[in-house]
Amino acid sequence: MSAIQPPAEIVWWKQPLDRVEGTWIAIALTWSLIMFFMMPFWHIYGKQNLSNEAYRTTPQAFLAKTQAMVDEYTVRTETAANLPVVRPPPGSDVYLVGRLWQWWPLLEFEKGQTYRLHISSMDWQHGFSLQPVNINTQILPGYEMVLTVTPDTSGEQTIICNEFCGIGHHTMLGKIYVTEGGQ
Amino acid sequence: MSAELFRTCPESGLQFHKPAERLMKAHAVASIVFLLIGGVGALLVTLTRWPAVHLLPADRFYQLLTMHGVDMLIFWLITFEIAVLYFCSSTLLKCRLATPKIAWLGFALMMIGMVVNNLAVMNGDASVMMTSYVPMPANPNFYLGLILFAVGALIGCFVFLGTLVIAKEEKTYEGSIPLVTFGALTACIIAVFTIASGAIILIPTYLWSIGYINHIDPAMYRLIWWALGHSSQQINVAAHVAVWYAIAAIVFGARPLSEKVSRTAFFLYIAFLQLASAHHLLVDPGLSSEWKIFNTSYAMYLAVLASMVHGLTVPGSIEVAQRAKGLTNGLFEWLRKAPWSNPIFSGMFISLVGFGFIGGISGVIMGTEQINIIIHNTIYVPGHFHATVVIGTTLAFMSLTYFLIPTLFRKQVMFPGLVKWQPYLFGFGMAVFTLAMMGAGTLGVERRHWDMAFTDSMLGFDYPASAYTFMGIVGISGTAAVIGGAIFVLVTVLSVFFGKPVDSESAWGFTTSRVLRAEPIVVPEGGHAAAGKWGFAAPGTFLLAIFFLVIFVIYYVINWKYLASVWPIS
Ligand code: HEM
Ligand SMILES: [Cu+2]
Ligand SMILES: [Cu+2]
Repeated sequence: MSAIQPPAEIVWWKQPLDRVEGTWIAIALTWSLIMFFMMPFWHIYGKQNLSNEAYRTTPQAFLAKTQAMVDEYTVRTETAANLPVVRPPPGSDVYLVGRLWQWWPLLEFEKGQTYRLHISSMDWQHGFSLQPVNINTQILPGYEMVLTVTPDTSGEQTIICNEFCGIGHHTMLGKIYVTEGGQ
Repeated sequence: MSAELFRTCPESGLQFHKPAERLMKAHAVASIVFLLIGGVGALLVTLTRWPAVHLLPADRFYQLLTMHGVDMLIFWLITFEIAVLYFCSSTLLKCRLATPKIAWLGFALMMIGMVVNNLAVMNGDASVMMTSYVPMPANPNFYLGLILFAVGALIGCFVFLGTLVIAKEEKTYEGSIPLVTFGALTACIIAVFTIASGAIILIPTYLWSIGYINHIDPAMYRLIWWALGHSSQQINVAAHVAVWYAIAAIVFGARPLSEKVSRTAFFLYIAFLQLASAHHLLVDPGLSSEWKIFNTSYAMYLAVLASMVHGLTVPGSIEVAQRAKGLTNGLFEWLRKAPWSNPIFSGMFISLVGFGFIGGISGVIMGTEQINIIIHNTIYVPGHFHATVVIGTTLAFMSLTYFLIPTLFRKQVMFPGLVKWQPYLFGFGMAVFTLAMMGAGTLGVERRHWDMAFTDSMLGFDYPASAYTFMGIVGISGTAAVIGGAIFVLVTVLSVFFGKPVDSESAWGFTTSRVLRAEPIVVPEGGHAAAGKWGFAAPGTFLLAIFFLVIFVIYYVINWKYLASVWPIS
C-alpha cells in the first residue's frame, strides 16, 4: 500500500526498520548532538558570545546618560549637522542611541581596548549592524542591551540599521572609528 | 450518505466527495490568485533590489515588500494548505467532508481577511512588513484582515479534524490513516497552535492600533509573534513533506520504507514546534543564552533530525519502488531513469533537493546561537527562507497542482511542452537567487533595504563590489524565477477555465500517474534489500544523504571560522 493508502499491516509499528534508515538515523542524530554541544562549547572557548546583559530602561533615562557621555567626551564634530564624535576612555560604559533615522553619537574607540557598549532605541525597533566587520543585533525601545566589545581591527566601521524602521530606514547610519592603540 | 454525492475519478481511482471537491477547487483557485498578486510584488521588489535597475521609489518598495510577504507567506500558502487538508481527509479517506457549509464560512472569512488586509496595505499606511513589529503602527485593518483570515483558516482546520472523526466512525478505511493524511494531521495540529499564538498577539495589537490598549512590550511581541511566524513554517514543512510522499506514491506507487520511522518523524515536528520562535530572537536583548540554545536547537535538533529522516525516506521509497521495477543497475539507475520530463515528479524532486541542501543547511547554520550574530537581518535570511518556502513548499504545491488539474478539475493541462520546463526554470532560478542572496548577506548586505548605496545618508558606506555583483545576480535569477512562476499561474488558470475536459487517460498529458491503480510493488526474494546493495534497500539514496552531510559539515565549519574572525564580544 502506498503512502496515500492506509498501511497494509494493521500493526505497522512492529514492522522492522530497514538498515538504511537505522544507519542514517544514527548518523544524523550524532551530527545533531555535535551541533548542539558546539554552542555551549563556544561559550566556554569561543570569543564571540553575547553576554545577554540587558536592562529595562526608558528613552528619557537612556538619552540622559548618552547626553552626559557626549558632553564629557566629545572630541570633534562631523558633517554639516555637526554630529558629535565621542572618544570614551577604554573600559568605560559607552552609550549609543538608535532613533529615526540615525545612530547617535559617532564613536571613536582604540584598537585592542574593551568597551561596554550600551544600545537602546528611542522609538521603534532598529537593527544594529556593524559593517564590514559584520556584527548584528536587535535593538528594542525600553531595553538597554550591553555588548562588551574589543575592536581588534582599526579603521572605520559603519553602523547600518538592519531592522525596517520606516521610510528613512535606508539612510540610518552611524560610525565607529577605531584608532591604532597608543595614540 | 448517498452515492451521488461521490464521484470516482476513472483514471486515478480517487473518490471525490462533491461538496468537498467544490471547496478544494475554490481554495486552490483563490490561492493561485494570491500567488499571482504576490508574484507581481516579487517582480517589482526584485527589480528594485537589483542595483542596476533600482525600479521603485522607497515608499512603494516598502509597501510592495509588505504586500509580497503577507500575500505569499500567509495567503498563498495557507489557502492552498486548506485545500490539501480537505484532499488528505475527504478524498484519501473516501469520506464525506464534515460540515461543508461551515467550511464555506471559513473560506469566506479567509477571502474577506485577505481583501481587508491588502486594502490596508494598498492604502499606504500599513507598510510595516508582515512582521508589523510594535511600536511601529499600521492601519488597524492590517491586523483585522490577518485576524479574520486566521479565524477562517482555523475553521478549515476543524473541518479537517471533524472529517477524520467521521471517517473513523463510519469506517471508511481500515486500520490507520494513510501516511500522507498523518502528515496533513501534523500540519493541522501545528496550524491550530500557531493560529492561537497569532490570536494572542494580533488581537491586542489590533486593540492597541485603535487605541484601547496603550502599550505592547516589543520583546514580548517578538516572542509571541514568532511563535506564529516561525512555527507556521512547520505547517509548510509538514504539508510539503506530505505532498512529497503523496507524489512519490502517485508517480511511482512508492510505499514508505517504514511507517514507523516516517510517522515518528512527523511527530517530532509537533513535539518541538513551539520552541522555534527563538530563531528570531537570538540577538535580542533580555533573553538568556541557555534559553536561546535549548529553544533554537529544538531541544538538540530533534526537529532537524526529523527533516533529515524525511529527506532520506522520501527518495529512498522512490528508489525502492524503481528497483522493484527492475532499475537495479549501479547506484543511480533508478534516478537517471526517473520521469524527468514529468513536472509532477521533477518539481517534487527539485523541491526536495533545494529544500534540504539550500534551505535546510542555511537554516540550521543561521539558527546557531552565536553564528546568528553574523547573519541576523542580513539578506542571507530571505535567501534561506526562499529556499524553504519557495523551492520547498511552493514548488511542491505547483507539482501537486499539475496532478490536480486532471484529477480534481478534470481538465487537460495545456501547453505540456512548456510545463515540462517550468519546474526547472522556477527551481533553478530560485536556487541561484537564494545562493546569491546568501552570498550578499555574508558580506553584510541588509534585508528589507531600499538602497544599499546609502545615497541619501549624511554618512555613507560602500559595500565591496562583489556585494553588488551578488545583488545583480539576485535580480537576474529572481526575474527568471518570476517567469517560471508566471508560466505556472498562466497554465493553471488557462487549463482550469478554458482547458479541454479529460476524457481518457491519454488526455492526461503526463501518463506516469498511477495512483490507486498502481500494481502493488512486488517484494523481491530476500526482501527489498536484495535489490539494493550493502544490505541497504536504498543505497543510492544513502550515498546522496552522505554527500548532503559532508556539505553540511564543511559549511558549518566555515561559518564558525568566519565568526571567529569577528571582533571579540561578550
Ligand atoms: C519568483 C519568486 C520570488 C521572488 C523573485 C521573490 C523575491 C523577493 C525579494 C527580492 C524579497 C525582498 C528581500 C528584502 O529586500 O528583504 C522577498 C521577500 C520575501 N519573500 Fe519573496 N520572492 C519570490 C517568491 C516568494 C514566495 C513564493 C514566497 C512565499 C511563499 C515569498 C516570501 C517572501 C517573504 C516572506 C519575504 C520577506 C518579506 C519581509 O521581509 O517582510 N517569496 N522576496
Ligand atoms: Cu532604524
Ligand atoms: Cu531601520
